Amino acid sequence: MESVHRRVRLDFELPEGGASVAGSTGLPLRQTIDKAKAPPSPRTPYWQAAPMALVFFVFFVLPLAAALVVSFWRYNEYSIIPAFTLHNYFALFDQCISGLPKLCTTFSTYLSTLKFCLTVWALTLVIGFTIAYFLAFHVRTLTMQLVLALVCIIPFWTSDVIRMISWIPLLGRNGLVNKALLGLGLVNQPVEWLLYSNFAVTIAFVHLLTAFMIVPILNSMMRIDKSLIEAARDGGAKGWQVLVHVVVPLSKTGIAIGSIFVVTMVMGDFVTIGVMGGQQIASVGKEINVETGFLQFPIAAANAVILLGAVLAIIYGLTRFIDIRKEL
Amino acid sequence: MTDTIKTGRVTRRKLLQSSAALAGLAGTKAVTGFPAVHAAEPVTLRYLGTAVNQSTDIAKKVKDDLGITIEYVPVTTDVVTKRIITQPDSFDLVDVEYFSLPSLVPSGNLVGMDAKKIKLADNITTVLSKGIIDSKKIGNQGTAPFKVFYLDGKHSKTFAKTPTEWLTLIPTTYNADSLGIRPDIIGRPIEHWSELLNPQFKGKAALINVPSIGIMDAAMAIESTGQIKYGDKGNQTKAEIDKTIEILTKAKKDGQFRAFWTDFNESVNLMASGEVIIQSMWSPAVTAVRSKGIKCWCTGFALPRTLASKKQDAAYEFINWFLSGWAGAYLSRQGYYPAVLSTTKSVLAPYEWAYWYEGKPATQDIHAPNGTLIEKTGAVRDGGSYETRMSRIACWNSVMDENEYLITKWNQFIAA
Repeated sequence: MESVHRRVRLDFELPEGGASVAGSTGLPLRQTIDKAKAPPSPRTPYWQAAPMALVFFVFFVLPLAAALVVSFWRYNEYSIIPAFTLHNYFALFDQCISGLPKLCTTFSTYLSTLKFCLTVWALTLVIGFTIAYFLAFHVRTLTMQLVLALVCIIPFWTSDVIRMISWIPLLGRNGLVNKALLGLGLVNQPVEWLLYSNFAVTIAFVHLLTAFMIVPILNSMMRIDKSLIEAARDGGAKGWQVLVHVVVPLSKTGIAIGSIFVVTMVMGDFVTIGVMGGQQIASVGKEINVETGFLQFPIAAANAVILLGAVLAIIYGLTRFIDIRKEL
Repeated sequence: MTDTIKTGRVTRRKLLQSSAALAGLAGTKAVTGFPAVHAAEPVTLRYLGTAVNQSTDIAKKVKDDLGITIEYVPVTTDVVTKRIITQPDSFDLVDVEYFSLPSLVPSGNLVGMDAKKIKLADNITTVLSKGIIDSKKIGNQGTAPFKVFYLDGKHSKTFAKTPTEWLTLIPTTYNADSLGIRPDIIGRPIEHWSELLNPQFKGKAALINVPSIGIMDAAMAIESTGQIKYGDKGNQTKAEIDKTIEILTKAKKDGQFRAFWTDFNESVNLMASGEVIIQSMWSPAVTAVRSKGIKCWCTGFALPRTLASKKQDAAYEFINWFLSGWAGAYLSRQGYYPAVLSTTKSVLAPYEWAYWYEGKPATQDIHAPNGTLIEKTGAVRDGGSYETRMSRIACWNSVMDENEYLITKWNQFIAA
């Protein structure tokens, strides 16, 4: 990455310090180049980071702070009242401890979402890693690698709602898969669990999210020095040993970043679970959606705060295994 | 059981026809969003509502008659409410359900509608304004429109007990929710709400996933099975909610439901694709009710507090136009009822009036607004005449006193 950066900057600088600019301003060439190379002021990095920081502050920190504050407010049918209460959190965990072993709504919702998280993560990791490995080590030319990587993200040229809904004529009771199964005589009745089921939700998630695994893992793999693999082979390592001891450790960053993408998207989702689960499967996102729909913003905010906490805990867990910042 | 219903025939054709109307809607949005350069000072009204009565044809006719551009903002029932509370300046005119009013009026984000500016205000049907048909009282369970019809003043945050010149909403359409079925698959008449929970339709039934409406549809079905006798289905006690959710949860665990839906298009798609063959639905997919104990809903126009006066004049002009007959006739041909009957009658052909309102056999073929054949000569509208149907209303969509509890329980039901 570093070398690419440098090259880009060089390309960029050349015309600026070049004859045409110097000629037009009438300054001697020498002076222009000196100016460009003047040491940056120590404050420069802050200015450079400021726009992004500002965007982050306005669109991320402020709303988050607002959600946190509102989660402690009271509310009635049509307004929220700035008076401190823990009621929203108590309501969320109502009978969660006393009701055990029967799971309360919050626990069972998180349990179901976590199950999806784990299955989808495992599947996208295996599929994404395999595809990235193929692209990085088996495709010889850079052009072909680029073409195939593009092919992987073609589905993203349509919206994810369209990608989801297109599963319905395929998996439905009168869908293609059922027609085929019936036609082949493999089943006598249409298979019902193909759609509006955990299976449907999982398959849609894997379809939607695998690309988020492929891209970062591919990015990591492309940076692996091929001579390391040759060295491992020369040292007598077998194919799987090269994979486990060289490729996987060096792709860890990509795996971690891909995992964060997948985990956060599954945890916060309610559209995919809604459409593919026939709205019969609970998700935290849908709960929040229903609550805001009925103007219960404080309890929705409390729910969002808990969700954020859960996602942060998972990401913290991931970063315990892999130091993303060190590896970047 | 006293509550028997006969469902409308939801044929694939009718379903496709309504989906086509909805698909057409997306097209109009693009067209109406286009600035009309030639008009001197064109007014555009952003019309917020559910997709139910946002028809392309109405927008086109308004453009021709008044020069006003209608820009539809179709959203789901609960998003309409949310928008009014949180973004009252994101629309110029809203078509909202009466049952949402108890949570909207106290916010002060909607203003009272000035009866003096509505030419036909006195002709609005007494079904909605007084709860009376043929000098007989009709069912008042739930948030009946006549309970929340008037405000004390333009900016009042409470309902008036006696008629005033400030109306909460100017009614647009009303109708009854009923069971929609696929008669081609079911092959027998469906006459009771209890059929929704009939194990015969295991894995093939659906329910709306909007707690306040879903619980009432469920209550209609449960009461019809005889398991619960409700005091007021539209304002259930905690115990009633508990019992209702318990029965629903059991049905869900037994696999009774194929899916739940939140917007009108979804319900139509579920039926058209054959995933679901029985569910509670809204017209125009369903046109039939024949029983005591039907559940009614009604929507009406309101204006946001923030509306500029020029747009306000245009909005009143549009509402007056809406009541003047053409729109009423258009909606009647889809099976809805309009607020003012006299003007509707003057636009409908006599044979159409006789079929849709008087419960008489059709003397000619009955067509939908887009020309599709609905019934052949000789057919009688299910449920009978307007008076008969309206006198059978048992309850109205509502927001219950135990709303918060209901939503907690509903989330529990979805998670079960």
